[in-house]
Amino acid sequence: MRRFTQLFLEVDRTTRTSEKTAALRRYFEEAPPEDAAWALAVLTGQKLIRRVSYKRLRAWAGEATGYGDWLLGECHSSVGDLSETLSLILPPAKAPRPDEPLRRVVEERILPLAQMTEAEQRTALLGAWDAFDGTERFLFHKLISGNFRFGAARKVVVNALAAAAGVDPAVMQHRLSGRYTPSVAAFGALLSADDGDNDDPARPYPFYLAHQLDDPPTVHAMGQPSDWRAEWKWDGIRAQLIRRSGQTLLWSRGDELITDAFPELRAAGDLLSDGTVLDGEVLAWDEDQPLPFGSLQKRLNRKRVEMMLFVDVPVVFMAYDALEADGQDLRQTDTDARRAVLERLLPGDAALRLSPLIAFESWDELAVLRAESRDRGVEGVMLKRAEASYGTGRTDRGSWWKWKVDPYTVDCVMVYAQRGTGRRSTLYTDYTFAVWDGDERGQGELVPVTKAYSGLTDEEFAKVDRFIRGHSTGKKGSFREVKPELVFEIAFEGINASDRHKSGVALRFPRMHRWRTEKKPTEADTLGSLKRLLDARPS
Amino acid sequence: MTHAHSDHATPGSQRYLCSDVGKPVLAQRVHAEAEIEGLPYGKATTINGVTVSLHPAGHLLGSAQVRVEQRGRVEVVSGDYKVAPDGTCAAFEVVPCDRFITESTFGLPVYRWRGDDETTTEMLAWWGGNRDAGRTSVVFAYALGKAQRVLHMLQTGVDELPGPVVVHGAVKRFVDVYRDAGVALPEVDTSTDGSRKACKGKGLVVAPPSVLGTPWLRKFAPYSTAFASGWMAIRGNRRRRGVDRGFVVSDHADWPGLLDTIRATGCRSVGVTHGYTEVLVRYLREQGMDADVVPTRYEGESDSEKEPPMTTDDHG
Ligand SMILES: [Zn+2]
Repeated sequence: MRRFTQLFLEVDRTTRTSEKTAALRRYFEEAPPEDAAWALAVLTGQKLIRRVSYKRLRAWAGEATGYGDWLLGECHSSVGDLSETLSLILPPAKAPRPDEPLRRVVEERILPLAQMTEAEQRTALLGAWDAFDGTERFLFHKLISGNFRFGAARKVVVNALAAAAGVDPAVMQHRLSGRYTPSVAAFGALLSADDGDNDDPARPYPFYLAHQLDDPPTVHAMGQPSDWRAEWKWDGIRAQLIRRSGQTLLWSRGDELITDAFPELRAAGDLLSDGTVLDGEVLAWDEDQPLPFGSLQKRLNRKRVEMMLFVDVPVVFMAYDALEADGQDLRQTDTDARRAVLERLLPGDAALRLSPLIAFESWDELAVLRAESRDRGVEGVMLKRAEASYGTGRTDRGSWWKWKVDPYTVDCVMVYAQRGTGRRSTLYTDYTFAVWDGDERGQGELVPVTKAYSGLTDEEFAKVDRFIRGHSTGKKGSFREVKPELVFEIAFEGINASDRHKSGVALRFPRMHRWRTEKKPTEADTLGSLKRLLDARPS
Repeated sequence: MTHAHSDHATPGSQRYLCSDVGKPVLAQRVHAEAEIEGLPYGKATTINGVTVSLHPAGHLLGSAQVRVEQRGRVEVVSGDYKVAPDGTCAAFEVVPCDRFITESTFGLPVYRWRGDDETTTEMLAWWGGNRDAGRTSVVFAYALGKAQRVLHMLQTGVDELPGPVVVHGAVKRFVDVYRDAGVALPEVDTSTDGSRKACKGKGLVVAPPSVLGTPWLRKFAPYSTAFASGWMAIRGNRRRRGVDRGFVVSDHADWPGLLDTIRATGCRSVGVTHGYTEVLVRYLREQGMDADVVPTRYEGESDSEKEPPMTTDDHG
């Protein structure tokens, strides 16, 4: 697995996406296909086996090193990753051996672990520890850990594979959708040249992205209201619904194919005529209102959509733009013209809806309407210049604006901390926040309401980390109890009732807005005030 | 003074005693008026009836262990020390004693150093690769000790360096001191219009990590970054630093180095300070040794010294 190890190091040793992509591409082109087939499975996040239990690995490592479990525990907690810890503390491998190709390592050393008894696994592991050293040993542990993240996002892998095959990345994404079963044949098929008939329907258009409008629009800044079209800013999954060559595909903005998660949208798309591409938002929907985003997530997280969920969380595609009709690319035509086509195209299926235009005469009037956003379950309003064509990415500035309502905020006290992941695994960066459980600040008990792990600068994280280490009052698993002293303003986008949380509420998109160093914990907010937000929401 | 790192040597005293080789190093760190007395390694002096001598610690130029003896009892304070010899300072010597006070910066079994040769080869390959890609190579290293060590490794690792070397002013001060002491170091320049022009895209920059994100460093763009430190043995530390590469170059004893040294001193009691104190003490006690934690003035910060320091002053 030397070539695979080299790939790992090349990807690991750069932060530049272009270099990661180039390294992956070289690997796909150079490595023997029987090895690359397995590498691709690993790189796209497939688990090779159910992981060998940490407890066993630690016990065997204890035998091999003579270190007590407490010492292995100290090492593990300092390194933050068991695979790496083991690769560092185990005795050096016995005599150097000839290279074992990745295919052999996977098929002869790793896959058989799944059928083995504990004693057999032990023998196999001790054998592997003798065979591999350094980075190879680390990778071996990663491969049997079931949580290997390679340092290259799926998109980078797909792009590299597309470059190796000489096809469009979207085509590769399409080819990779569904289950990839590692084999020379399957890998070879992925790398084959563009095949028009099968690959054509795949390609979505680049999404045009709106810029954030921070100040209310004025005639001075934006011009006349009549030059603009306004819609609600939907809070769902931005997606393109594509009907081409007798196939329906749903692409998310993250370039993921999500068709399988939304069978009712596929069915609705099947009714469109060939050569149609719509831009819009996938929304959980109830009668005439969007449902909170969380209900949509339930659907995304499931591979197979069970019937119950299907009924529980009805989904619609809220279309707001037509990018292609009758096989013609419409992106160079203006907003009003595309809107006219869109209205003509929609088949009237309940799952395929037209995002309504908001009528307004003046910017002031629009500001009043925007204030209704929360009650309508939307994030604010969208403004699209009437004469603008459909742009690409965020480069054409000034044609689309999102004017969101301000986030909610709440002052919370930090009560628990966990280490971060990845580059933050040595710092405490994931925090749990609490508010006072009654209606009175500083009275009663602090009840945890949310977790947050973003929003601070590296410097602030380092400071908070030091505070945590100096003011820890106990440990519960990976959580450190922290003296309730630091107050943070948490911003969030919405609030839902939740029976999974002790507090009875769940915040959406919580993040640390500010570290309120000037506030005492007794000045933090109350659960009562949060619950009143819940009541104010439309049901 | 065991050595001139800022967590061991602070300005403000009127008189200092350190190794004679360490005098010019310490002089950079304390007031000009301070009186510094240099004592050759191994030579004894008597202070208040206690026999005091200094012995090489292998940590940086002039670093010393302090041996004290009174009425036949010998105690040794290691200061920071590194067991494997390198060409920038006198090699560590084991000093037999009754009680040994050892540091424990890398007192966990995960820290096991490889030889410098391998690391030197890696650094040179990285530098060459960057030069081929038209990028400056930037190595972050503590200004005293680590930076000179890196430069010495590169200088002795190859007949001709891949390109010119520019160092930060803080590094340059000690490069001069080291060179005066006879340590083999490459030609270096501080950052000037001319030296930058020669260095950009092909040369090497050695600077303390504090320059990250400053205009001083940006003038060398485009560049690839690396951090030279023992902490780089752990991948998470490298990622947190946000550098492209981590080179494991340490001026401290690794886990086997700590244990071997403790054994070799023949001491009956071990005091453990500066680092993974609790871990090393517990391990030594399991091995049947008499060991205890020697608190430092950093004790108030709970176990934060267990983690790689975040400040620019670290010198792992
Ligand atoms: Zn030091």
